[in-house]
Amino acid sequence: MARDLVEKVLVKPLHNPLLEPLDDSATMPFSGRMAFTTDSYVVRPIFFPGGDIGKLAVCGTVNDLAMVGARPLYISLALILEEGLPLSELQQVVASIRQAADEADVRIVTGDTKVVDHGAADRLFVNTAGVGLVPEGINVSGANARPGDAVILSGSIGDHGIAVLSRREGLSFETELVSDCAPLAGLVADMLAACPAIRAMRDPTRGGLASTLNEIAAKSKVCIRLDERNILVRDAVRGACEMLGFDPLYVANEGKLVAIVPAGDASRVVEVMRRHRYGRDAAVVGEVLDAPAGRVLLKTAVGATRVVDMLTGDLLPRIC
Amino acid sequence: MKYVTEFRSSDLAKGLLERIHATSRRRIRLMEFCGGHTVTVFRYGIRKVLPDSIEMVSGPGCPVCVTANSDLDRAIALARLPRVTIATFGDMFKVPGSRGSLQEAHAEGADVRMVYSPLDALRISRENRDRMVIFLGIGFETTAPTVAASVLQAEQEGLENYFVLSMHKICPPALRALADSGEVRLNGLICPGHVSAITGSQAWVPFAKDYGLPCVVSGFEPLDVLQTVWMLVKQIEEGRSEAEIAYRRGVTFEGNTHARRVMAEVFETCEADWRGFGKIPGSGLKLSARFERFDAQEVFDVDPGPAVESVGCQCGAVLRGVVSPPECPLFRKMCTPEDPVGPCMVSSEGSCSTWYQFGGDLES
Repeated sequence: MARDLVEKVLVKPLHNPLLEPLDDSATMPFSGRMAFTTDSYVVRPIFFPGGDIGKLAVCGTVNDLAMVGARPLYISLALILEEGLPLSELQQVVASIRQAADEADVRIVTGDTKVVDHGAADRLFVNTAGVGLVPEGINVSGANARPGDAVILSGSIGDHGIAVLSRREGLSFETELVSDCAPLAGLVADMLAACPAIRAMRDPTRGGLASTLNEIAAKSKVCIRLDERNILVRDAVRGACEMLGFDPLYVANEGKLVAIVPAGDASRVVEVMRRHRYGRDAAVVGEVLDAPAGRVLLKTAVGATRVVDMLTGDLLPRIC
Repeated sequence: MKYVTEFRSSDLAKGLLERIHATSRRRIRLMEFCGGHTVTVFRYGIRKVLPDSIEMVSGPGCPVCVTANSDLDRAIALARLPRVTIATFGDMFKVPGSRGSLQEAHAEGADVRMVYSPLDALRISRENRDRMVIFLGIGFETTAPTVAASVLQAEQEGLENYFVLSMHKICPPALRALADSGEVRLNGLICPGHVSAITGSQAWVPFAKDYGLPCVVSGFEPLDVLQTVWMLVKQIEEGRSEAEIAYRRGVTFEGNTHARRVMAEVFETCEADWRGFGKIPGSGLKLSARFERFDAQEVFDVDPGPAVESVGCQCGAVLRGVVSPPECPLFRKMCTPEDPVGPCMVSSEGSCSTWYQFGGDLES
């Protein structure tokens, strides 16, 4: 990509003092315990109700940092463009990258752009890596859940996955639904201020709430029991899932988190979350038990308890 | 009324369960014919809250699962033809035939596209006039009318590159085969909801009358299934055997006469090969003579080779309700949703995949 184009389309809109030198590496002061993460984004379509691949990439990396209790600081941005991607679309994505970075109070400090032949990529791929600072005394990990803890969910599930599916070629259906894609670092900061003893946090992205909780149950060697009645699923998501034969527990989210906290702190954490725009529907949805270790159970609407397994294979729509 | 949340009410479920527990005396075995019902039964843990006297068995009502290997092999062979595009429902993609699946053919370069409706396949035909687009017609009375409508539409538009490989099946003959075999003793039948929306509950009257088998058409929410079980228990305890409807918001006695008319215009019944049952006369739907030029089976000459069943796979017995998935030696070991041996592990409505997903042991 031509130098002046990079300058015009990327550097200028993303401008900040740390990016400005445009040296081979960004340099900045850092002291304390560092959190460091990376992820690649290949969503199709790249624009969807409630966001686009740029917002998704920034929020995804910010959220990965936030889920270990870190305050996100710096982000790297690498773009792989398929030849022929309209400049206006790239500009729109970069604008939403800037907007999401500003909201999350992170700086894009370094980046890279490559253009590949038509067909060698699907329009636009994005990779972001991020660095954050873990405050003193914070120890959040998927391995820390203990029997007796409470499981808190920050809001409704499945919004992102269904919003994206609703715009996928060959499947367009009308829905008011928008992706929940959002940076959660602010919400997490409020939660940690109220309860520094939060044990585990995860954002239930691909594989949904079910897969995320299975990971925590396995890592912490505990059982997690959910109560289906307390898990919020919007009518639009429920309706689409019925139509497609999906289970909302396995549908992706991009602006939700699940937190495991000592039971005594649960109501305080929920209260703080509900005051934040991204945690208005926060609720306790389950509890941590000691056995059967590694299992996630669900108390269903009819009062039975069943196992909630990891997602296996892809979600494929059913016939009838 | 949103027609979903109301049918998941815990309080109403509790009331129904109390009535079932109070009414049920005899030891009985109920079959849910339809894979969609099996999913509801497992997803909500319904087996666990019913009285011990009620045994639930899953039936053959999963269109992907009952598709015979010979038919799958033909579909895969068609996919490998030059200039052919296969349009199929997602469920079919991973189902293994005798030698590989559509997914494997796709990986090797065949043009296989997942669609959500036969109308999407028509669109692909319109947009790709240089290719021959074959829609894999699979499903029971529920899907056959829309596939029939797609053929009528193609005829009206003069589309010359749209074809259907009809593997459609109709339910009553299979149920009759199941009942006649006497292999599984049944006391009541949970009749398919979506199929009955087309056929009407009248389709089950002969089973209630001739076989003395209480029949109730059920919807797919947990309360639907609980109400159906309760209605069946009442019939059994009162010594009645009738074809009743619990799913009144979706099903009538008459059914959808318009949809049946469209089906009858395009299809005629034929003998069909069901996995687990073998050939059942009058249980399949083929394109009638007038629509022969849309019939992939007539138009394309392929040799799919001999059909071979996977060694050890118990799908056939599972579909007849004779074996439950965990009794299959391959279940969870050699056969998983990621690497399925038989179709019941692939389809989202297959007994094995449902059991795998929702039926895990609470204690281990």
